Amino acid sequence: MSDALLVLQCVSAGYASQAIFTDLDLSLAPGQFAALVGPTGGGKSTLLKLILGLLPCMHGSVRHQPQVTLGYVPQRASIDWRFPVTAEQVVLMGRYRHTGYWPWATRADRREVAQLFERLGLTAYAGRHISQLSGGQQQRVFLARALIARPDLLLLDEPTAGVDLKTQHDILHLLHELNRAGMTILLATHDLNTIASHVPWVICFQHGVMAQGPPDAVLTPAILSQTYNADMVVLQQGGLRFIVNRSLAHAHVAQQGALAHRPRRVNDGVPR
Amino acid sequence: MAFLVEPLQYGFFVHGLLAALLVGSLCGLLGVYIVLRQMSYIGHGLSHAVFGGAVVSHLLGLNVYVGAGLWGFGAAVLIHRLATRHDMHADAAIGIVTTASFAVGVALMSRVHRFTQDFEAVLFGNVLGVSEHDLVLIAVVTGLTGLVVAALYKQLLFSTFDEAVAQVAGVPTHLVRLLFALILALAILASMQVLGVTLIAATIVIPAATARLLTHSFSTMLVLSTGLGGLTALVGMYLSYYFDIASGASIVLFAALLFVAVLSARRQG
Repeated sequence: MSDALLVLQCVSAGYASQAIFTDLDLSLAPGQFAALVGPTGGGKSTLLKLILGLLPCMHGSVRHQPQVTLGYVPQRASIDWRFPVTAEQVVLMGRYRHTGYWPWATRADRREVAQLFERLGLTAYAGRHISQLSGGQQQRVFLARALIARPDLLLLDEPTAGVDLKTQHDILHLLHELNRAGMTILLATHDLNTIASHVPWVICFQHGVMAQGPPDAVLTPAILSQTYNADMVVLQQGGLRFIVNRSLAHAHVAQQGALAHRPRRVNDGVPR
Repeated sequence: MAFLVEPLQYGFFVHGLLAALLVGSLCGLLGVYIVLRQMSYIGHGLSHAVFGGAVVSHLLGLNVYVGAGLWGFGAAVLIHRLATRHDMHADAAIGIVTTASFAVGVALMSRVHRFTQDFEAVLFGNVLGVSEHDLVLIAVVTGLTGLVVAALYKQLLFSTFDEAVAQVAGVPTHLVRLLFALILALAILASMQVLGVTLIAATIVIPAATARLLTHSFSTMLVLSTGLGGLTALVGMYLSYYFDIASGASIVLFAALLFVAVLSARRQG
């Protein structure tokens, strides 16, 4: 525990006087890559904000190793996409600690951004307004803003939400590369199926840690059902794991079935 | 050219024109942050809150500018605290604090009738009554605001765009908010004599909203909004002179007209 990068001890946190979780103990080792999963309202984002210092502890302590730099990629939904900034300007904001006093970016700032954009495949989009980027490009721009500060611990809130499957895969692949280079990563997500095959450590969270460990040990019907208060099913096929909420799946199938069997309207005897 | 030069032979007009130009640019500059923070109502609210402070200071025999400025700053801080610590939407906090503050001024005015005339200028503006002393105050506030905005350019941009991430990145967001509240209160105070508390909000919001239609760049928006604020004040003053209408109203109406023109041109383009 003493060599952990981040340690939360007996922590309670929430909003106003309402605690979202109490007596939480959690630690992250240097170089760990973990996913925080759980239902909406279960406290994932609250936990991230607590670690980031955006929310005070009601009780307990949050400590990290000295000189640790934190990076944060917020939910895409929290961004004002009409704000008048280009992709490059967004990333330059992340240079805040490293940049000079003057309001304008230096040549070194721009070079740093250009290198990062090249690495992330964003060079062609540097001058574009943020609303003119695709969901995946937007996510990579905000990841770049966090990365340019060279964080030791990177926290991401729903990094794969609202992007297509290939982009989800690309983002997680990039996170793997960063983790291999030594970065500690904690991401909060709803996307159980993506993390099941991409993230080596899973923390099931609902008003506290329900279970944590490698996906094989944690992504079981019993633990997931307890975490989500729902009937969760884990299917294995071809070495891959698929997680389904049985009640939602039934409702969906039932709805599809009803649609499929609904008598078609006819007009002059000719089906439309 | 004669129509431009003719009013300049009157000293009161030259004072008023300079004051309007400075106030218009000042409000245009600050308006960028207000509009992008989606807090357009704050300009309207704070200008009303400052009115309460002005009346109280006058009654207590204090310097009206200092009293009203401190009152406005206090109101801005109170709004911020209500919104952040009491889980209240900013618009509700603005509504409560500023209308209550305005009501204090109205209540005291109705109780003590002796200075009703003085405060008509505060409510509706009296640009032609701008003294050299007022002009100096406006110039100092405008210069100070320009310096603060330039010195805190990165901090203000980052915290306006994404306050949470700015805080994580090390921007002292609370300090930035407080400083901004202070310069906003000072700006409103400086603008009161020219525009009146009822019209200040429009000069804060309209040039910035027009500039936003014209650019996707933050720095360009700052320059455009400041320029448009100054331009609309200038043209509004001449309109006021030639059409014999209240200067605050002519400035705001011209700014609104320009906004509509840009919006229409953008839709057609």
